[in-house]
Amino acid sequence: MAKILAVDDSASMRSMVAFTLRGAGHDVEEADNGRAALDQAGVHKFDLVLADVNMPVMDGISMVREMRTMGGYSGVPILMLTTESNPEKKMEGKAAGATGWLVKPFDPDQLLATVARVLG
Amino acid sequence: MSKVDLAQFHKAFHEESLDGLDAMEQALLALDEGADDPELINVVFRAAHSIKGGAATFGFADVAAFTHVAENLMDEVRSGRRPMEKAVVELLLRSGDVIRDMLSLQMAGQPGATAESQSLLAELSAMVGGAAAPVATKAAAPAEAIEGWDIAFRPFDYLLKTGNDPARMFRELEALGPLATTVDASKLPSLADMDPTASYLAYTLRLDAGAKRAAVEGVFDWVDGDCELTVTPRVAAPAPVAAPAAPVAPRAVREVAANSEASSVRVGIEKIDMLINLVGELVITQAMLSQFNEGVGEARLEMFRHGLAQLARHTRELQESVMSIRMLPISTVFNRFPRLVRDLAQKLDKKVVLDLRGETTELDKTVLEKIGDPLVHLVRNAIDHGLEVPAKRTAAGKSDTGTLRMEAFHRGGSIVVEVADDGAGLNRDAIVAKAVQRGIIASGEGMSDDAVAELIFEAGFSTAATTTDLSGRGVGMDVVRRNVMDLGGTVNIRSVHGKGTTFTITLPLTLAIIDGLTAAVGSETYIVPLVSIVESVQVKADLVRSVVGGGELFRFRDEWLPIVRLFDVFGCDGERLSVDQGIVIVVEAEGTRIGLFVDELIGQQQAVVKSLEANYRRVVGISGATILPDGAVALITDVTGLVRMQARRKAA
Repeated sequence: MAKILAVDDSASMRSMVAFTLRGAGHDVEEADNGRAALDQAGVHKFDLVLADVNMPVMDGISMVREMRTMGGYSGVPILMLTTESNPEKKMEGKAAGATGWLVKPFDPDQLLATVARVLG
Repeated sequence: MSKVDLAQFHKAFHEESLDGLDAMEQALLALDEGADDPELINVVFRAAHSIKGGAATFGFADVAAFTHVAENLMDEVRSGRRPMEKAVVELLLRSGDVIRDMLSLQMAGQPGATAESQSLLAELSAMVGGAAAPVATKAAAPAEAIEGWDIAFRPFDYLLKTGNDPARMFRELEALGPLATTVDASKLPSLADMDPTASYLAYTLRLDAGAKRAAVEGVFDWVDGDCELTVTPRVAAPAPVAAPAAPVAPRAVREVAANSEASSVRVGIEKIDMLINLVGELVITQAMLSQFNEGVGEARLEMFRHGLAQLARHTRELQESVMSIRMLPISTVFNRFPRLVRDLAQKLDKKVVLDLRGETTELDKTVLEKIGDPLVHLVRNAIDHGLEVPAKRTAAGKSDTGTLRMEAFHRGGSIVVEVADDGAGLNRDAIVAKAVQRGIIASGEGMSDDAVAELIFEAGFSTAATTTDLSGRGVGMDVVRRNVMDLGGTVNIRSVHGKGTTFTITLPLTLAIIDGLTAAVGSETYIVPLVSIVESVQVKADLVRSVVGGGELFRFRDEWLPIVRLFDVFGCDGERLSVDQGIVIVVEAEGTRIGLFVDELIGQQQAVVKSLEANYRRVVGISGATILPDGAVALITDVTGLVRMQARRKAA
């Protein structure tokens, strides 16, 4: 069981992710934008962060960049939830310090497989 | 098949998408009016983007495919490759409508692209520059007879900091087949110089499995560019290695302006109704308890009184805070008008500026839901009939652009919503002629302008010379008035020739609780809503006149008002008082005053409105019921209904 932070401005997407991960026994917190995620990351220590790229207030890539400078988050896996239409976003995310990505749309099984992959 | 049923997220996705489409429409309208804010473009992009992602995830392929193209168009604008021109706004506005329709169809279980969506998709694709670019797929690996793979992997020193871990990747490779690992630790510095978060090791891996190249390289997908990697198949001829890509410089990421929108919670309306109902009961209990407060003069009751006062305060506070949950800003209704006004103006070749004011004014959700249609009708009417075409306006010495003002504000215990245009005003002669032709009045002589204006609220009245597809289809001002009255409100009209017309709608704050005057009629208690009361008077017998047909009039200041005996109207039991023994409550509705004759006034109180229709049936002259502190049921009078009843009796 891991403590995971799910970041997405879409409530339906976020609840799907959270529901799926909780079903697999993980402890999931939610945030609806990058800024809120950073606030939460300052309070709890997460084992994994899953973040959407396009969000209001603070996008996912800026969030990764800032999160990497926070104490305790230098080596934590951060996965970006990206879309197939944006290959350059992956590179941008990587440059910011993202661990990897999960391509939208994904189904719950894919999500769990990818999460299992980073949590090892 | 996954264990997770995605259908449970459909409703949330649907609601969220509709919100997104609303935000998108508002942003597009602002952009259409020349607002130059990159955040507006971002809002439109994000809405399309989220809907596409959700639709694809939750299995709405048609919506996803359509939205994908709209998103691409928006991305071109966002990245500066295309100006945000009128044609783009137009196309995206229509796309929003189509997505809305498709989503509704999907929710109704009728998936599939509509004819409209297909033709619009073609238009969008043409604008984006041909069909949507197909997703780049990795070239299929040639079917080689591969025994295994040799992999040389040297992570750059920062690799661990990206959250990637070589050990995890090796475990994944192991899942493909037997794996042998050799570590090259030659770059490992002395302990003193070592950064524990850096990676110094290089690995040579030997995978004994005929796995596909894509599967092997897929393991290193996330670290492409963060390492030196050579993947060589054994036995077959060595394939070209995957060259380490130069790290890509991060592009400037636009800092998004902080969103100041207040956080909100979605609560099912039935839950709120339940809460309100409970609070209503609490109010009744409190009123019941407070009866003990009177008449018993024991000193030991002091504590009881103190407790009661506290109960009263808490009840009131609780009630207010629960009621406030249902209160929503009128902007939720106003928001649809910029689009409507824009489309109507375009259709009628008129120039209109919409001036929205008081959008944060809060109204009860039930009132909000029902006020939309009447407002739409008034706005259509104002643009179609009220505002003139530009040429006519300039000829009249006015600016060629008409102004339509929609404003909401508090006045007393009510909310007032005004729809005002600076158009030509009502045409008195045309209205009178029409009314005479329809037999509503004999002639317009002696009628005040206001009285003439009131005529347009008569059923089936329309001054439109020709029937357009916007108005004049039988749905008239009478429907507007009826809808507003169903909400316990009133509509008034004020028109100045050549200057414009203003419709004023006055609505109660909430439909759940009213302030009322309790009155005894025979053995019954009735409640008259305070908002309709002008005054309560004791009438002297010599101020009363009987009229032919059995009616009675009484003199109230300078007018003669009809007396309506509630005793007779509702057939109450008990002693019948003569006019000078009781009280007349002067009430007003639809601009008409009548006097309600009751035996006695009991007092003023808040009444928690219970539907009579839901529990019994609709009764003319009664708008609902409430429970009195002593547990008895009191009926709440519908003043508008009583005024109409009186008008019909007069006409008969």
